Amino acid sequence: MRTSVQDMIAQSKGKKNKKFIEKLIPVILFLIASVSVLTTIGIVMTLIIETITFFTRVPITDFLLGTTWLPFSNKEAQFGIWPLIVGTLKVTAIAILVAVPIGLSAAIYLSEYATDNVRRVIKPVLEVLAGVPTIVYGFFALTFVTPVLQSLFPEIKIFNAISPGIVVGIMIIPMIASLSEDAMSSVPKSIRDGALAMGSTKFEVAMKITVPAALSGIIASVVLGISRAIGETMIVSLAAGSTPKFDGDFAGSIQTMTAYIVQVSKGDAGYGTTIYYSIYAVGFTLFLFTMAMNILAGYMSKRFREEY
Amino acid sequence: MNTATIKTNINTAQPAAETAQQVEKDSVYSTRQLNLWYGNNHALKNVDLEIGENEVTAIIGPSGCGKSTYLKTLNRMVELVPSVKTSGEIQYRGRNIFDSDYSVEELRTRVGMVFQKPNPFPKSIYDNIAYGPRIHGIKNRKILDEIVEKSLRGAAIWDEVKDRLNENAYGISGGQQQRICIARALAIEPDVILMDEPTSALDPISTLKVEELVQELKEQYSIIIVTHNMQQAARISDKTAFFLNGEVIEYDSTDAIFSNPADKRTEDYISGRFG
Amino acid sequence: MRYIEQETVVRRMNGRMIINRLFQGLFLFATLLALLALVILLYRIVTQGAGHLSLDFLSNFASRFPEKAGIKAALVGSIWLMAVVAPTSIILGVGSAIYLEEYAKKGRITTFIQMNISNLAGVPSVVFGLLGLTIFVRALALGNSILAAGFTMSLLILPVIIVAAQEAIRSVPGELRDASYGMGATKWQTIVRIILPAAIPGILTGSILALSRAIGETAPLIVIGVPVIIQFLPAGVMDTFTALPMQIYDWSSRPQAEFQTVAAAGIIVLMAVLLFMNSIAVIIRNKFDKSY
Repeated sequence: MRTSVQDMIAQSKGKKNKKFIEKLIPVILFLIASVSVLTTIGIVMTLIIETITFFTRVPITDFLLGTTWLPFSNKEAQFGIWPLIVGTLKVTAIAILVAVPIGLSAAIYLSEYATDNVRRVIKPVLEVLAGVPTIVYGFFALTFVTPVLQSLFPEIKIFNAISPGIVVGIMIIPMIASLSEDAMSSVPKSIRDGALAMGSTKFEVAMKITVPAALSGIIASVVLGISRAIGETMIVSLAAGSTPKFDGDFAGSIQTMTAYIVQVSKGDAGYGTTIYYSIYAVGFTLFLFTMAMNILAGYMSKRFREEY
Repeated sequence: MNTATIKTNINTAQPAAETAQQVEKDSVYSTRQLNLWYGNNHALKNVDLEIGENEVTAIIGPSGCGKSTYLKTLNRMVELVPSVKTSGEIQYRGRNIFDSDYSVEELRTRVGMVFQKPNPFPKSIYDNIAYGPRIHGIKNRKILDEIVEKSLRGAAIWDEVKDRLNENAYGISGGQQQRICIARALAIEPDVILMDEPTSALDPISTLKVEELVQELKEQYSIIIVTHNMQQAARISDKTAFFLNGEVIEYDSTDAIFSNPADKRTEDYISGRFG
Repeated sequence: MRYIEQETVVRRMNGRMIINRLFQGLFLFATLLALLALVILLYRIVTQGAGHLSLDFLSNFASRFPEKAGIKAALVGSIWLMAVVAPTSIILGVGSAIYLEEYAKKGRITTFIQMNISNLAGVPSVVFGLLGLTIFVRALALGNSILAAGFTMSLLILPVIIVAAQEAIRSVPGELRDASYGMGATKWQTIVRIILPAAIPGILTGSILALSRAIGETAPLIVIGVPVIIQFLPAGVMDTFTALPMQIYDWSSRPQAEFQTVAAAGIIVLMAVLLFMNSIAVIIRNKFDKSY
């Protein structure tokens, strides 16, 4: 029996196959891994090519400098992107006003004050909040938040920037809270203990030690939150309206970049029309905005990681 | 000045004397002028060693001396670390293991390994032992049953686990896990077993069991064991090599090393002056 | 001479402790506010929609009349959609993760792929819709079929699955790899027999969470032109279909107040599906809780 197992191994077939498989598998897996790269290339190429087509019909200067967005006009359609950007920024600004104070408070509470038991309750609830589909938030904004706001401030219209702004804010709270908490929790305990040992209160530790040390991580979380708010589609499609406006009005109907894309997709803007291509130009603008935010967030969180 | 003379002594005279001694016994491994770098770190320097058949060879030395690196080079596991470079050669049964047509899988099928920490797979005890035979194409259940029993008996743990073969290997004690790992290595009936500080994570009683097992196994296998425990080396090995800073300082029969070391540094180390 | 007057410190301490308490309360209040939002949201939807829930609601097709409107086509459509998304995204995601963790050499290309994945995760879903519209619906002429929508959704959740699978693979202890290689196993054997089985709980949990994101996504479906009023069930992946969030969107945006009740009922169904998927994820996480 001494050599029998080794003999059996030596006789077993499939040695050739094995070698072939070992060579083949990495190639297949590489092709699979390149799908994600191809997706990015696909997105960028799609947006660029169709946007260029759009610019053959609408001068790029009109698009970039125009302050009137009237694509469906029978007389003379106008494609100045600014009203859509302004609409997007209105919603984003309100969302950030809601999400940053609450998200950061929750993060500080979880990382500095909460006991393990409290954390074990709050964190899953935040996860649930993060898992609610945006269509549900949109419904909530339209059928609950807006009526409540209207009963408080009668000048608010049924479609407005405030209600979807608040709800987008609620939607990104979990993201800001959990990313900021991660950043704060990774500040070494020893630093915190040092401050506590000198008689600091927990609030002082949070404000003077943890938050400053985790600042770039916290900023990264806020920037990612902004990116999410800019790209959010369903809440604004349902509750913000479809009136592109270049002004400072928050109480009435507006339109965001994302909502415009949805509005056109829902309708029957035939393939090949200027309106069809306009959604790519808007999509490209949206893509650039979110990409800039994501790169900024990546840079901030990388800087944060280098500190520890 | 003193060290310099000794060094030449090691690099030239010592291996020559070794080869002379080895004439009556076949050597399993002969290492010639092995150098190894981790990036820029020169971890093994001009190592020459002959390892005999059916012997227990202990490799001792302070941590960071290259003893584990050397062991892992013998089955080329060291190459899993990126940026490793080697030069020189290691003959295993007359073939250079670094030859391009020598597959590492083939080498490792002949050379089993037992690791520092017990590392059974998160599978049943049976599947752990049958892992080796299965990956090498043995699928017949009856043959596998035989191999599993034989290997577990070989590792002196059959009686303890024969009724729980289908339980997860993580359910048993650390000492038992380590013997499962030895049985797993035995299942493909290797020629050589490499042991990398196999008892460093075990309690004294489990350590004793593993040591006894090593003594039994050397009847059939050539064993190379890295240990930081000098008493262990003295108890179980036939030959001992002392490594320091990536060099072989002294290699001789265990008796000679421990009773009459030729090198001052060996003496200092085994008398506990450093390490 | 003393620099620190103990009495002053003690006097100030009271104030500092009050501030500490005050802010602790404030932080807790803000945290509870977020939880309150969730409670209100769920309460509203359940009270609005529960009345409309019935077996008829599940077995009826969409209708112009709120009282007859049902969710059958959307529910079945969503299941069809998942039947495409789950295998596609898991194969692509796990394959990519294996490549990045086990095969790719650390270098520029790997860093690039990795960076690309994290950027892809931040692309708004509506933009994925534009990709799907151009590539799958038009260029590959799949139309607004289940397949086109499924591929689009797969790409959308791909980054999430890749990252989850990478983490799961990375958490498999190196000793297990060593043990397998030490037995003479090849790389692929080690991956298939040791690493993947040990990583599967993490992979499944991450995948289910990603799939539950896909099942609730609306924007890409609208952009690729998935219709709403559908009076038949799809028979294959090339058929057109509708999905739960599409149906809810349609009901929500109708002017008649009755349809809001229908929408709420639809949301309850969607949330029940999500709850079901998440409980499976939790069960998997607990059942396979790390044995090493």
